[in-house]
Amino acid sequence: MVAATEAIVNGPGMSSRERVLERIAKANSKAAGVPESIPRGYDCGSTQSTDETVALFERRLQDYDARVFRIRSNEIAARAAEILQSGHRQRIVVPDGLPTAWRPAGLAWIPDDELSIDVLNAVDGVMTGATLGVAVSGSIVLQHGPAEGRRVLTLLPDYHLCVIQAAQVVETLPEAFARLDSARPVTFFSGPSATADIEMTRIKGVHGPRFLDVLLVED
Amino acid sequence: MNLVQLNPPSPDPKTAPPFPAAAKIDLRDTQLRRNIARATDTIQRKRAALVEEKKDWQALRDAGAAIRREALRNLDGYLLQFEDRFQAAGGTVHWAANAAEANRVALDILREHDAREVIKIKSMTTAEIGMNEYLAQHNVTAHETDLAELILQLGGDQPSHIVVPALHKNRQQVREIFARSMGLPGLSDDPEALTAAARQYLREKFLRVKTAICGANFLIAETGGVTIVESEGNGRMCLTLPETLIAIVGIEKVIPRFADLEVLLQTLPRSATGERMNPYNSIWSGVIPGDGPKNMHVVLLDNGRTRVLRDGIGRQTLQCIRCGACQNACPVYRQTGGHAYGSVYAGPIGAILTPQLEDMRHAQSLPYASSLCGACYEVCPVKINIPEVLVHLRARVVDRGRRKLASLFDQERAGMMMMAAIFASSRRYEAAQRLARTAQRTVRHGDAWYHWLPGMAGRWTETRDLAPLPQETFREWWQQRRRS
Amino acid sequence: MRIALFITCYNDTLFPRTGQSVVRVLERLGHTVEFPLEQTCCGQMHFNTGYAREAYPLAKRFVEIFADAETVCIPSSSCVAMIREYYPALARENEDAGMAAAVDSLLPRVFEFSELLVDALGVTDVGAYFPHRVTYHASCHGLRSLHLGDKPLRLLRAVRGLELVPLEGLEQCCGFGGTFAVKNADVSAAMLTEKTRAVLNTRAEVCTACDNSCLMHMQGMLHRQFAGVRTLHLAEVLAGTEDVLG
Repeated sequence: MVAATEAIVNGPGMSSRERVLERIAKANSKAAGVPESIPRGYDCGSTQSTDETVALFERRLQDYDARVFRIRSNEIAARAAEILQSGHRQRIVVPDGLPTAWRPAGLAWIPDDELSIDVLNAVDGVMTGATLGVAVSGSIVLQHGPAEGRRVLTLLPDYHLCVIQAAQVVETLPEAFARLDSARPVTFFSGPSATADIEMTRIKGVHGPRFLDVLLVED
Repeated sequence: MNLVQLNPPSPDPKTAPPFPAAAKIDLRDTQLRRNIARATDTIQRKRAALVEEKKDWQALRDAGAAIRREALRNLDGYLLQFEDRFQAAGGTVHWAANAAEANRVALDILREHDAREVIKIKSMTTAEIGMNEYLAQHNVTAHETDLAELILQLGGDQPSHIVVPALHKNRQQVREIFARSMGLPGLSDDPEALTAAARQYLREKFLRVKTAICGANFLIAETGGVTIVESEGNGRMCLTLPETLIAIVGIEKVIPRFADLEVLLQTLPRSATGERMNPYNSIWSGVIPGDGPKNMHVVLLDNGRTRVLRDGIGRQTLQCIRCGACQNACPVYRQTGGHAYGSVYAGPIGAILTPQLEDMRHAQSLPYASSLCGACYEVCPVKINIPEVLVHLRARVVDRGRRKLASLFDQERAGMMMMAAIFASSRRYEAAQRLARTAQRTVRHGDAWYHWLPGMAGRWTETRDLAPLPQETFREWWQQRRRS
Repeated sequence: MRIALFITCYNDTLFPRTGQSVVRVLERLGHTVEFPLEQTCCGQMHFNTGYAREAYPLAKRFVEIFADAETVCIPSSSCVAMIREYYPALARENEDAGMAAAVDSLLPRVFEFSELLVDALGVTDVGAYFPHRVTYHASCHGLRSLHLGDKPLRLLRAVRGLELVPLEGLEQCCGFGGTFAVKNADVSAAMLTEKTRAVLNTRAEVCTACDNSCLMHMQGMLHRQFAGVRTLHLAEVLAGTEDVLG
C-alpha cells in the first residue's frame, strides 16, 4: 500500500527514496568530501575524586527532589523494606535478574511476567538496578537488561526505587557514553518527570513516576 | 462536542500576512507580550547560569557545530547507514519527498492497523506538514500529549515557540480551556492542579490508544538509533505503550555517531530549557523484542530541506537542533511572540528556515524581521550564524526583485540605487550633502526637529523625532580648519 | 602615531561634532589625524538590506582609499563590524583576489574609536572632564561583533566629574537595525520603548555609546517625549575638558 502511494506520487521508475537521495547528492556536489574531524576540546574525563563525584551525584538527585540513601551492599534489603513500608508501598514490580537478596520479605513482589499495562498502572511501585549514573546532570541511565527490565516498568508505576553502585557513577556525560552499549536501548532519567509549560512554573510528575528513591551502594 | 477534533490549520507561509502587518496586531496584545517576556526572561536566566558554570561551553559549541556540519556534508551516506541499521533492527524506513507524501505514508500505516486514533508526541515536523488536519480529514483523531500541545489543541490555538509552544498562554487562560474541554468547571488555575488534570485526562488515552506518532531529536547513523528528548514522560508513554509507532523525521536530523550525543545532550537541554539534563532521553533502534511497539516506522522527510542544502551560506540553517534558544534571546520575538512569523518555525531560526523551505517564493518579509543584533548567533549551541544567513537571504529577496519590471518603481530600490551612485564618488557625495541642506532650508526654519517625514521615512517619525541636518558637515569643518 | 579617520557617511553628514571630538581627543594625546577626502560610505546599509551587489564597489573603494594608512580609526562599531565580518566574504564572493589580499592586510590596522584608545594606544585616561550623570549603551555590534566589553566603560570611569550609572538590559538591542527601523517600524518602536524606559530609569542626563546610529534612534524617541535626556557619542564625552565642555 505504501509502495503504491509512492508510485502514484512519483510516477513509475523513481521512488521517493531515489529522488531525495538524488537531490541530496546534487545539493552536496560541492560540499561533500572527506569527513570533517570533530574538535573534541570539551571535558571528556573526570576532574574530581570518586568521593566528590558521588557527593555531586547525590546533591543533583536531591535537587530534583529524589531521596538518596547511602548504604552498604549488605543493607539493601533492610533499607528497601524500611523505605517501602514507611511509604505504604506493598505491591512492587521487579524485573528479571533483580537479585533476590535485594528483596526483603513481607512485601508483595510481582515479577515482570509480561505484565499487562493495566496491571503495571495499578501497582505501588517498581524496584530496579541501573546501568550507570552521571553526576554532573544527576542522571540515572538504564539499558533495560537484567535487573532493569522493559522500558515500561519504570514508566507506569508512580514510584521507583533504584539501586545503584557508587562505582557506577561517572562525573561527565562523555564518560557515560564511553561506557554505554550503543547496541542496546537507553533511557536517561534526570529527576522525576516535569513540565514548565504553564508560566514556566516547574511542576513535578506529569506522566512518569512522581517519586524516586535511590539506594546508593558504597562498597 | 469533542473539542479534540478541532484542528485549526497550521500557519501557512504561503498565505500568511507579511511579518510587519502581523506583528502590528500582536504588539497590541498586552497579555501576550507580558506572557512572552516573562517566559523568555525565565528560560534565558536559567540558561545563562548553566552556561556560565560550564567552562567548556565554547568547545562544546565548536564540537556540536562540526558534528552537525559533517552530518550535512555527507548526508546521503549517513541516511543510508541509518536506514540499513534501523531496518536490520526490525524497523521500517520510508522516504517522503514532500508533506503530502509523508502524510500519505503515515495514513496508509494507520489504515493497515485500523487505527482511528493516535497519540502524539510534540513534533514541529508534523506541525510543518499539517499532519493533524490531514488525519482529521481522513477520520483519524490525533491526541496531542505534550502539556503545551494539549493546551493548544484544546484551545484551537497554534504553537508560538519551538520548545514551550504555549508560552503565550497564562494560567488563567489554560484553566479556562481545560475547564471547558475536560468538563471540569471547578478546576483551579494552580499550575499543579492544571497539570494533574492533564495527567488524568491523558492517562486514559495512553492506556487505550494503540498507535503513536512522534518526531525525533536525532537519528544516529552508526547504530540506526532514534533519540527522543523530553520532560514530561508523555514521550516515553507514546514510545513504549502502543503497538505501532511512526516517527516523522526531517532528513537533516541525522548525526554520524552514537557518541556524538555526548556533545549534543550537553548543549541541547541547557540551551532549550536551562537544565543540565531534561528529565527523560530515550534512544533505541528498530523493534526491541518484548519491549514496546512491534511495528516501528521512520519516515524520512525532505519537504524543501534539500533546497536549503543547495545554498552554500543558507545550508547551515539545517544544523539546527531545535533548542529555541535563539527565540528566547531575540528582542524581536520578545515583542511579537511566535504567531507573527506565520509559520510553525518562529523567531530567528524561523526567519531563516521558513523562506528557504519555501524556495524564497513566500515569507520574503521574514529575513527582514530582525535588527541583526546577533543575540541569536551568540546563544546558538551549534553556531548557526543567523545574522549572516539573514543578510544573505535579504540579498536573495532583492535579487529576485531585480528581475521584475515593477522593481523600477520600488521606492526602496530607487533610494538604494541613488545612494549607491552618490557614494561612488566623493564629489557627488559632497554635492548631495549640500543639496540636502539646501532642500532643508526651503522647508525648515531654525533648527527645529522633524516630527513628520514623507514616504518610507515617515515610518521613522511615527514614533521618533529626527534632528535637522547640521549647518556644516564634518568634512567642511575639516577643510575649513585646515585652511585656517 | 598617524591616524587616518574614517568618519562614516552618517557621522559626516548628521553628527559632525562626533568627528570633531575624535580629532580633539586624538590630537590632545599627541597623535596626527589625517582625513582622506575621497572617503564616503562603507556599504553597510546596502549590504544589510540585501543590496550586496551595490555594497561591493563601496567596500572596494574603502579598501583602496585606506590601503596605505598606518592606523584607521572609525567612530562606529557597526561600520567596523561590516568591514571585519563581511569584507572578506564580499571579496570572496566576487572572486576578487586583489581585494581579498588588501582586506587581509588592512584589517589588523582598523580600529573602532574605543578599541584604538584602549588597545592600540594603551590609554584609558584621556584627560577628560565631564561633570554629568552618564549611562552607557552597548551597541549590538560593539558588544557581539567587536567584543568591546568594558573598554568604553574603562574610558568613562577615568573621566573626571563623570558619574557613571549602569543601564539595565545592557545586552538588549535598541531596535534600530538600519532599515529595520522603518521596514518593521512598529516592532522597532516597541524595542525602543523598552530601551528608553531603561535609560530613563537611570536618571542620567546623558546616554552615551560607540554608535551614533543607536543614539539617533534613542534620541528620536526621547526627544519626542520631552524626556530631558541627551545622547552623545563616547568621543564627545571624552572630548570635554575643564576649558572646553563636551
